[in-house]
Amino acid sequence: MKRQIPLIITAIVGTVLVVSVFIPHDPFGRLGENFSVYFDIIAVFAFILGGGNLIRIHGNRIYRKSKNWQFSIVTIVGFIVTLIAGAFKIGNPGGIQGDVAAPGSLFTLIYDNIFTPLQATMFSILAFFVASASYRAFRAKSREATILLIAAFIILLGRTPIGDYITFWLPGWLNFFHIPILANWIMAIPNLAGQRAIMIGISLGVVSMSLRLILGIERGYIGSEGK
Amino acid sequence: MLRLFSVILIFLLITGFVFCQEITHPPETESGMPPYPKPAAPTNISVKDNPSDGGGKILITWELSPDDGAGKNNVVGYEILRALEGDTVFTPVGLVSVGVNRYIDTGTDDHVTYIYKVVATDGITGSASDISLPVHSYQQWINFNLGFLFIIGALICGAVIYFIYQAKGGRKLFIRKIAGLEAIDDAVGRATEMGRPVLFIPGIRDMDDVQTIAGITILGRVARTIAEYDIKINMPVSRSIVMTTARETIKEAYASAGRIDEYSDDFVYYLTDEQFGYVAAVDGIMVRDRPATCFYMGSFFAESLIFAETGNSIGAIQIAGTAMPAQLPFFFVACDYTLIGEELFAASAYLSGEPKQLGSLKGQDVGKFIAMAAICIGVFVATMYSLTGVGFFEVIHDLMIRMFTFN
Repeated sequence: MKRQIPLIITAIVGTVLVVSVFIPHDPFGRLGENFSVYFDIIAVFAFILGGGNLIRIHGNRIYRKSKNWQFSIVTIVGFIVTLIAGAFKIGNPGGIQGDVAAPGSLFTLIYDNIFTPLQATMFSILAFFVASASYRAFRAKSREATILLIAAFIILLGRTPIGDYITFWLPGWLNFFHIPILANWIMAIPNLAGQRAIMIGISLGVVSMSLRLILGIERGYIGSEGK
Repeated sequence: MLRLFSVILIFLLITGFVFCQEITHPPETESGMPPYPKPAAPTNISVKDNPSDGGGKILITWELSPDDGAGKNNVVGYEILRALEGDTVFTPVGLVSVGVNRYIDTGTDDHVTYIYKVVATDGITGSASDISLPVHSYQQWINFNLGFLFIIGALICGAVIYFIYQAKGGRKLFIRKIAGLEAIDDAVGRATEMGRPVLFIPGIRDMDDVQTIAGITILGRVARTIAEYDIKINMPVSRSIVMTTARETIKEAYASAGRIDEYSDDFVYYLTDEQFGYVAAVDGIMVRDRPATCFYMGSFFAESLIFAETGNSIGAIQIAGTAMPAQLPFFFVACDYTLIGEELFAASAYLSGEPKQLGSLKGQDVGKFIAMAAICIGVFVATMYSLTGVGFFEVIHDLMIRMFTFN
């Protein structure tokens, strides 16, 4: 029964949502929107589970003085201070009725001055990782990697002013080889064609997987082997 | 004397009034026309309920003003006005640009009758069309705009179901090898030999994303192997519902491997919903715990390369799978194996080896055949139409555009 109920719910909800795409009349027409709202309601309660789990895991680490337990103090203090600042709207000019993200509130202060810079720091690391990944990917070890290297080099030049300076002198009939135009062509034709092929495959994969879920053949998500 | 004064006063008042009237009238041109001629009004306004929808919409069409792109050429747009039937006060509901002759009013109440008029405007003044016939919106039962989608979808679904039954009946189906999935046992085995944990990241979206579901189904198979090899799985998540679902999945996998006593809820834990907060925490876990094997299965955004490069720097075997085309190149360059789009969705069927599930993969091939055939025919017809201009190719060309345009 523990496995049958999720399968029945999945089958009913999946079928009804597919039907609702083709039947705009009430009650079908608004089902997609309604199910989305139901999901949000469940997610709100699940968030309490998540928050509780965070406190429990890091609380245990501090209590047991596990390896690197000091980081857990930072996590718990950050969690509780931000939660209290947001829930009780400390320093909010509009009081408890005010918008949680109102300028001047402690929550906004934390968000703007601690959270946002930390997020930006993580995001900026991406630039270095792109460089290191590109270095590995663009080594011309094989024919495919060489093509990748040449295409990437053209696009890199085409997206910078130097690409324009290098080939601006080309006569009109060789305009296609003007590097910015060539870069745009690579992006708009071979690259887009490849992406669309992947998208078609993904769409078919989604259809197939959805059918397996609706028909109850796919049971991996409830931990069953389908037997 | 008083009478004479009164007559003079009345004369002066009348003269003054007439004089004032003359100077406040707008000066007319020599031809008698006003200095800013209004554009001519649009004609033949037609209204009807917007077809194949869930109500609340009325479609208004009209013939363009003769001064739209021709004549005085002073039309800059059309304003659509609406009133309740029997009412004389019209309120503006929309504005469209020059050359457009249709508008869908999306703010109507079903079964309430409205009347419309369309004003061709030059930006200062305008001319209104005749008032339309009364109309009301209502809901339809069938969305005929999606007729072709229904047919194509039914064909693909029919093929998937057909092959599932064929496979159930014992028919042998050829499924090509997927290197990334073949490597799962080796990757988990490596973690066992090194005595290090396996890290599993199910993407950063919630359970309402089919990629996350695909990731969790793969987790079920991976967790069973992990349970059999008796090593630790480490699964930080960014969504609470994913946490509870993943726990159930791993628990069932441990139970089916006969090692339920080894299971712990602490295998799966919640970090944060925030993208880069999650990235920072997972990177920290990678650097500190140095997992031997990392799985990235689900929906990823900018964090894909950060995860994969960090995993690369610690020397982990990495197997990734996502259906986000923009992130696939990052996984390609930084991971040992990458499941491309459809392979992610095929993974659980492939790993299970069940004929029913493998049959569904075979059914996808029919969809690919339809896509390939449609692309070839479309390219041929569009090319022939542009070269020859023959009407037959135009008809097929337009039909194909209608078939694959779903809005």
